[in-house]
Amino acid sequence: MKRFLRQPRPALLPRDAGGERWLCVVVAVLCFLACLAAVGVASADRAAHGWTRQLRAEATVQVRPRVGETGAAAAARAAETLAGIDGVTEAEAMDRKTAEDLLRPWLGEAVLPDLPLPHLVIVRLDRDTPASAPTLSRALAEAGLDASVDDHSLWRGEVERAATLITLLAGAAFALIALAAGAAVAYATRAGLAAQRGVIETLSLNGASDRAISALFQRRYGLLAAAAGAIGAVGAALLIVFMRGLGGSEGLTPALPIAWRDLILLSPCPLLAATVAVISAHLSAMRALAAPRRDRDQ
Amino acid sequence: MNPTPPRPAELESAPQTVRLQGVGFGYADTPGVLRDVNLILPRGSFHFLTGPSGAGKSSLLRLLTLSERPTHGEIHLFGDDVTHASRRDIPALRRRMGVVFQDFRLLEHLSVFENVALPLRLAGRRTEDYAANIEEMLQWVGLGHRLHAFPRALSGGEKQRLAIARAVIGKPRLILADEPTGSVDKGMGVRLLHLFQSLNKLGATVLIASHDEALAERSGASILRLDKGRLVEGAA
Repeated sequence: MKRFLRQPRPALLPRDAGGERWLCVVVAVLCFLACLAAVGVASADRAAHGWTRQLRAEATVQVRPRVGETGAAAAARAAETLAGIDGVTEAEAMDRKTAEDLLRPWLGEAVLPDLPLPHLVIVRLDRDTPASAPTLSRALAEAGLDASVDDHSLWRGEVERAATLITLLAGAAFALIALAAGAAVAYATRAGLAAQRGVIETLSLNGASDRAISALFQRRYGLLAAAAGAIGAVGAALLIVFMRGLGGSEGLTPALPIAWRDLILLSPCPLLAATVAVISAHLSAMRALAAPRRDRDQ
Repeated sequence: MNPTPPRPAELESAPQTVRLQGVGFGYADTPGVLRDVNLILPRGSFHFLTGPSGAGKSSLLRLLTLSERPTHGEIHLFGDDVTHASRRDIPALRRRMGVVFQDFRLLEHLSVFENVALPLRLAGRRTEDYAANIEEMLQWVGLGHRLHAFPRALSGGEKQRLAIARAVIGKPRLILADEPTGSVDKGMGVRLLHLFQSLNKLGATVLIASHDEALAERSGASILRLDKGRLVEGAA
């Protein structure tokens, strides 16, 4: 008798009914993808904010030299004028070599020497209180410079819209994968109920309530999904660590920068997977148990 | 054991464990499985339910375990009308019954001990509260040496005795058994019958469905005979 008192009581549901091993694999893969999608959302959001912050922190001024003044001199004068304005941290005239370096990949070497290039000044703005485009234009006009200011607002809007779209798409992918995980668990629960109908009837005829039987499935699939969620999250974490290690703070591509803190996003995965599984199992089990017996027998 | 069938007047006045009143039952494709069955099982009585295959014996037991609902009529168990009992109320009613199935319905992944413990475990009892009772019960049915065995390792007779032990461990007020001697030899059948008679002496109402009329006659119990869904002998 002591042996029975020492040992934990065995599970009332037999192991691996309804293809639980395969369900574990499917849920682990779905959790892995969901984790990557979650990190993708964070990366896309970070990239979008980075791009817009960068665009907001810079302005480009094109200077047209007056008669008797060289383009380089006009650009230098514009840079000097702009550097003294509140909200500007740095203003630097772009020399021809730098401009040619930027164009070389697009136009090639041959045409560059003969190409008339605009005289540009790169203005770096204060991140917190950036000077506005009208302020810069006014200062240039007051200094007697013929120049036009581009504060990148057109590009910024486009980038913000694109970034928002990417974030939404990644979010939708995450939601769809979570839904698929829930559906897989719900399907497996129903399969488990069908596979164990004899066991369930025996439990029921020995006095188990529907709620107690449902709780057995909830516990079984909740633990299974938690384990699968942990496997998926660890897999995703390893991949993210690999990408971060390989590509630094920009990950494999600057378009989706990865931060170490992204790993925190993966931590709720087992709990979320278990929650989805418990709810799915509860709904499926209660619906199946409440169905008329003759329907279940057919 | 109740060797002499009680007379109708005695049946009406005794406390009733089971009362069926004009009960009919059938499936969509096979109507009339049971027709207008009137039946009273007084508390502490012992009955055999006999009849040819397809007479409706198993269906009647399924109605009594509340696994099916009658198409008409009333079912009273333990003094209450349970014809329309809700699913929420059924588990409590079933805990007052012990059911022995024709196919045993043992849980193959649980040991002999755990199979017998099932009704107690489902009732929320702790192992230390019932472990001694189970050992005693298994000794009583001759399975004291097979506590740790699994059902697949048991013979047909051992499985049958295990199923009976599970059915009676919770001291049910009503014991229903479907062909409990169907898969054992004649000697074992008689031994199992004595087991049911002992349980009946302890106060349980016993209803055994069996096509073995000779065993029923030999038991001296009240005989209820079903034929084509009608109770042709022993009706209330």
